[in-house]
Amino acid sequence: MTGNRIARAILVLFFMGLLATPFVIKRMSARKEADRSKFDAKTALARHGFYLEEVSRSAGINFVHQSPKLDSKLDPIMPEVASMGASVSIVDFDRDGWPDIYVTNSAIGSKNALYRNMHDGTFKDVAGELGIADVNQPGTGVSTGAVWGDYDNDGYEDLFLIKWGRPELFHNDQGHGFTRVTEQAGLPPWINANTAIWLDYDGDGLLDLFVGGYYSEDIDLWHVTTTRIMPESFEYAKNGGRKYLFHNLGNGKFEEVSAKVGINSRRWALAAAAADLRRTGHPDLFVANDYGVSELYFNDGKRFHEVGEQTGVGFAPKSGMNAAFGDILNQGRYSVYVSNISEDGILIQGNNLWVPKEGTAGDAVKYQNLARDFGVELGGWSFGAQFGDLNNDGTLDLYLTNGYISLDRNRSYWYDFSKVAGGNSTIIGDAKNWPAFEGRSLSGYQTKRVWLNDGAGRFMDVAQAVGATDIYDGRSVALVDLWNRGVLDVVVANQNGPLLLYKNTVTPGNEWIEFELEGTSSNHSGSNRSAIGAQVTLFWNGQQQVQEVSGGSGFAAENDRRLHFGLGRNPHIEKAIIRWPSGKVQTIDQPAANQLHKIKEVA
Amino acid sequence: MSEQTSVPVFSPQIQPPQAPPPRRPLLSLDNRYIAPAFITCILLAGHLSFGILESYQKTLLAIITSIGLELVLGRIFFQKWIHPASAYITGISVGILVRSPAFWPYALCSAISITSKYVLRVKGRHIWNPSNFGISVMVFLAAETVATLSIQWGNYLLPMLVIWALGSVIIWRLQRFHITGIYVASFVAFAFIRSWMTGSPWQSEIAPITGPMYQLFIFFMITDPKTTVRSKRGQCLVVFLVAVVEMVLRLDQIVYAPFYALFVVGPTAMLVEIWLDSRRANAAKLAVAR
Repeated sequence: MTGNRIARAILVLFFMGLLATPFVIKRMSARKEADRSKFDAKTALARHGFYLEEVSRSAGINFVHQSPKLDSKLDPIMPEVASMGASVSIVDFDRDGWPDIYVTNSAIGSKNALYRNMHDGTFKDVAGELGIADVNQPGTGVSTGAVWGDYDNDGYEDLFLIKWGRPELFHNDQGHGFTRVTEQAGLPPWINANTAIWLDYDGDGLLDLFVGGYYSEDIDLWHVTTTRIMPESFEYAKNGGRKYLFHNLGNGKFEEVSAKVGINSRRWALAAAAADLRRTGHPDLFVANDYGVSELYFNDGKRFHEVGEQTGVGFAPKSGMNAAFGDILNQGRYSVYVSNISEDGILIQGNNLWVPKEGTAGDAVKYQNLARDFGVELGGWSFGAQFGDLNNDGTLDLYLTNGYISLDRNRSYWYDFSKVAGGNSTIIGDAKNWPAFEGRSLSGYQTKRVWLNDGAGRFMDVAQAVGATDIYDGRSVALVDLWNRGVLDVVVANQNGPLLLYKNTVTPGNEWIEFELEGTSSNHSGSNRSAIGAQVTLFWNGQQQVQEVSGGSGFAAENDRRLHFGLGRNPHIEKAIIRWPSGKVQTIDQPAANQLHKIKEVA
Repeated sequence: MSEQTSVPVFSPQIQPPQAPPPRRPLLSLDNRYIAPAFITCILLAGHLSFGILESYQKTLLAIITSIGLELVLGRIFFQKWIHPASAYITGISVGILVRSPAFWPYALCSAISITSKYVLRVKGRHIWNPSNFGISVMVFLAAETVATLSIQWGNYLLPMLVIWALGSVIIWRLQRFHITGIYVASFVAFAFIRSWMTGSPWQSEIAPITGPMYQLFIFFMITDPKTTVRSKRGQCLVVFLVAVVEMVLRLDQIVYAPFYALFVVGPTAMLVEIWLDSRRANAAKLAVAR
């Protein structure tokens, strides 16, 4: 009897211990959080090797994004259906050696902006005088993103404007202006897209264009004939916009070839990125889809093969909103970061960090989601993210922006959202079945994540400690060395919010190297002038890191074309190997640190 | 979730009157295995077609923790190996319903669920449905890491109809269809009332019951024989009250209203029944004494 009592007492204690476990875990993580939550520049420099300072106003930038106002039939859930459109892309449009910034606006009649870098720490909006500001006119839809690529290899970056509406292609007239060439190029009259990227999928030296539709292209969101425009499922929807692959014919015209080359999908694409994941010389294509699984297309140079399930990235459906590549372990292999939704106690999808499995490569490569192990899983309602070495310590860090709809701080739409999202397709698919927003927030006012990579497989969030303290509804992130100082600054476009410029200050002593590549395409030999798809593998101090020139990545974003490598202290650089899209390989022995190397493809 | 199998009481005091065992037709599955078989089918069909699980490993962890703890606690407190079917259902339910990127919530939720059966007992009966208790505690105390299944299952009509049809047949066979039926009818009625009160589209109020979480809730959780009252009329009343409390919680926009409603109403009903049993027993004793 006494034994039984003792056993029961132990059982009760055990039970109480189980109930207390969540408290203990919560307290432990809260303590860690508190240690990293106060910003002080000196402390940040000493502890983390850098700090960020928001300087948009002093840099002459006063841009505030405006959301679209769509058909009044969608009024009850307008904040949700019109929740995207803010984007940022980096381009040196006038080839003056200083990166410029292009940002989109999304209200009818609102203007996009092209901020020319004035070389003195300030920027000036020249979009109006160059003809690429007034692009959101009634009847043509509104901008949701922009990607730059030199489609005609004349040395100047041209602009493809992604829209919910009529997509636009602008030819860059040697940095002095832009000419609209949409009709000549043969682009379709209407696409509701949030993502597009430039890539040379067939290696002919001409940039092609991938566009991923979100809402179906037969919907004019300002004149909807039905309210059945929503996804048929929260996680298995296949009623979104179609995909396009515009093959560059080289005469200013493009041919749509998606079906011909094996891209057939009506998932709700939100982000795309391309990189040569298998070292075949051809860019593979990753598409992060909202309301469904991600898609990975292997490219054999002529056709694309969807291998999402086979490689492991396309099985568990989530709400993909970002696609970015990074060699996070300095092993010469890319991991892929896909952002999703996490809301405490309601929906914990977790972001995905797809890392190639040890021992798999080439066509047999398999990916495993190590976001939790690496500490980059929970980022709220996550949107754009980019890899870049923010403290020049030699490993790629990760900047993530987030926050969906910030309205009334004290009233949340989550209850109604979860009610409908779990419902049958006939319910979720019709906007009129969704309860009205009535000014409530949905994962609003969220704090950002700046995850520092320790190089050994752990990332630590230092956002608050280094000064990334905004709580706007972040959408698009681009990394760029804005003032040619050898550090990566951060530009963030916010929905219904200001464009933010986080100027980076890195601890002295951490060295760096940058590469600006230019292809020498002519008559279908050589690489595209933008060098999109060119890979640089840098070898230093017994390690290597690979980076690739990208024609768009993250969420509705494009980083600086120049590749930036942090090197840490006292680096000994052995070599840089450049693999051009043409297949040519160029080796640079012992390139000097702390400078930008401008390299042309060997003829 | 449901304990559709028998679990010995902690220290038998007042036992319910034992009905004679029903005759089992030839070539039929022992009732004890029906619920585990059904929920396993749901899990496999759901995962193979829609990838509903976070991962096999997490579900396996929940099942192993659940069965392992049941065996150990059963051995310690009842000096026998408990049949694992009940713990299997608890584990698999936790594996399906809990959504977390971490592993520990799966083990912890199973452990809390099973241990609650041995700790939270009145007059020899455990009063909370184990997985309802475990999941309610987890979403309440560990909200930053844990959510429940709320969206996955395809959101399409066909899988839903198949599960409803299969579930109904099985629950009917287990003679508990009236519980599910009353709950569904009450939920639908209250959905229209909520729609009228809040101005939300009625479709949005009906929507939750068309999702997978509710299929598990109505077939496995509210029908649990060990944590429902014994009389048929009482069961109908209790499940109606669950729907009432859920409606109140829903008006307060509580996302996990059904779990919390069952968490509150289920044990309360059990306590009332135990109290009534006790009064009857005392009255009987007095009558005998007189």
